[in-house]
Amino acid sequence: MKRLALAVALLALATVPFWVGNSYYVNIATQILIFAVLALGLNVLVGYAGLVTLGHAALFGVSAYAAATLINAGHGSVVVAIGASVATLVVTAIFAILALRGTGLGFVMITVALGQIVWGIAYRWISLTNGDNGISITARPAPFGLSLTSAPAFYWATLVVFLVAVGAMAMFVASPFGAALRGTRDQARRMSALGYNVWLTRFLAFLFSGFWSGVAGLLYLYYNQFVSPQTVALSASAEALLMVIAGGTATLLGPIAGAALVIIMKDVASAYIERWNFVLGAIFVVIVVFMPEGLVPGSVRLWRWAIASLRSRATAPALGRESEP
Amino acid sequence: MHLWLILAVNSVTLGGLLFLLSAGFSLIFGLMRIPNLTHGSMFMLGAYFGVSLIAAGTGFWLAALLAGLGVALFGAIIERFVLRRLIGAELAQVLVTLGLSFMVADACLMLWGGDPISVETPVALRGATAMLGMAFPTYRLAIILIAVVIAVALWGLLDRTRLGAMIRAAVDDPAMARVVGIRVSHLFTIVFSLGAGLAGFAGVIGAPILSVYPGLDQDMLPLALVVVILGGTGRLMGSLVGSFVVGFLYNFGQALFPELAYVVLFLPMLVVLVVRPQGLFGRVTL
Repeated sequence: MKRLALAVALLALATVPFWVGNSYYVNIATQILIFAVLALGLNVLVGYAGLVTLGHAALFGVSAYAAATLINAGHGSVVVAIGASVATLVVTAIFAILALRGTGLGFVMITVALGQIVWGIAYRWISLTNGDNGISITARPAPFGLSLTSAPAFYWATLVVFLVAVGAMAMFVASPFGAALRGTRDQARRMSALGYNVWLTRFLAFLFSGFWSGVAGLLYLYYNQFVSPQTVALSASAEALLMVIAGGTATLLGPIAGAALVIIMKDVASAYIERWNFVLGAIFVVIVVFMPEGLVPGSVRLWRWAIASLRSRATAPALGRESEP
Repeated sequence: MHLWLILAVNSVTLGGLLFLLSAGFSLIFGLMRIPNLTHGSMFMLGAYFGVSLIAAGTGFWLAALLAGLGVALFGAIIERFVLRRLIGAELAQVLVTLGLSFMVADACLMLWGGDPISVETPVALRGATAMLGMAFPTYRLAIILIAVVIAVALWGLLDRTRLGAMIRAAVDDPAMARVVGIRVSHLFTIVFSLGAGLAGFAGVIGAPILSVYPGLDQDMLPLALVVVILGGTGRLMGSLVGSFVVGFLYNFGQALFPELAYVVLFLPMLVVLVVRPQGLFGRVTL
């Protein structure tokens, strides 16, 4: 049953360009996959490590900026991919070393501040980042001779990376390391007493998370062919966090559903109103206040509740509303 | 030489404004244990309220007071009807303040448009004042004076009144404060509202210098964050010292390393983090 569902889902994903048709919607699907990779990476920290960060767009952006600079310097895809990954990992390591000095809200505040530094550099260090004008690349590179210019071709390339990311996450969750990380989230002191190096576990999780954010940043640059300070702004970090929280933290499907929700909302909302940020803020408030566990687990809960209440009504109508046994 | 002096005066002025902004931020953090990410929005909202009030003919000072009161009311509503629902879930509270800050920013953009609005300096304070054989811009001196007066008033409130004693008790040990009969949740509303009001007031006072524009909130919030990280939370002295340090760093950073102004601003904070990680949120155990 589960395998069948997986096969159907894979088939549906692989054939998106055929049944969607219009390349505009194929591009939306591509965006969803790119941001799903970012959200999956962020979920490692937010969901499995219990470390909420508001600076993740900076890591995504560093990768995009590094890649744009390397492409404009005339380097090939392999150098660009390696260079962007190394740049992201170095910045991630700095972020991790500094942010892991705080816990809880201290951690959140440090990540906000670090994210703002990166934003400040993107915005002000004009000789490096071209300031507010951002950096554009003239054409999508063609890795290994594959042309990525058409919307479906780029969609399939993104899909491959996305599937690798999902596979990596599934392995990570099931691995002893994933279990240790969840342990540091729930019982840091006990894990420490058991001999686990809590700091190192969190540090490695941060690197893992940053790496996938960097991969998403690289895809984003290839897709958008342009990167600007807006990419690393606080609102971009908040958007990524919203994807994770809206979908449901510490689940594999949640961040993917969250990314789809946010990208589609953004697209629909921007067709009717100019002000996406207002909607973003409102969704944030509503979800946090009314559905704190996220849409996927929240819907599952509502669904179970609905089924249970239907059943109890069917079997025992005379008793009316009955509390669960 | 003259340039340095002007920079120094500007730094002290910005420090004064930042104190008005961060005193509330620090108190809210100390009491409620949350970094209030709407604090920059309160500053901007106050500034826009001031713009509209001045346009309606109230005059500068009345506009500043009314804008401060308006923002204080807005803060009280947010605390009472949104944050109160999430009591005990600090992370959720922070996320809600972040969501609200986006809503406020966009609402301001809709209501007041995207162009920067400049606010005229009050007539009586235009020009320069001669002091020690040099000319200082009068309005900037006035801001410093206002900041000092409010700092003294806040100190008096916290240190010399019953309310202040209750706030200090709740900052130190909320559970024990409740046990001795202090309505800590009322203090939350009062302090949140007071902090918001001060930020709103600072927005109007700062408007003739900074002008009012979309994104003002995002410019001010990180400054308040740095002040609080440098100066510690829940104590006025920390905010005061932190504000002036940040005022100097920001102005001199802008003048000397325009491309790296943000790095210059945040670097000392990182040094504090690395050298004294415990000193950062000092007394707050999270």
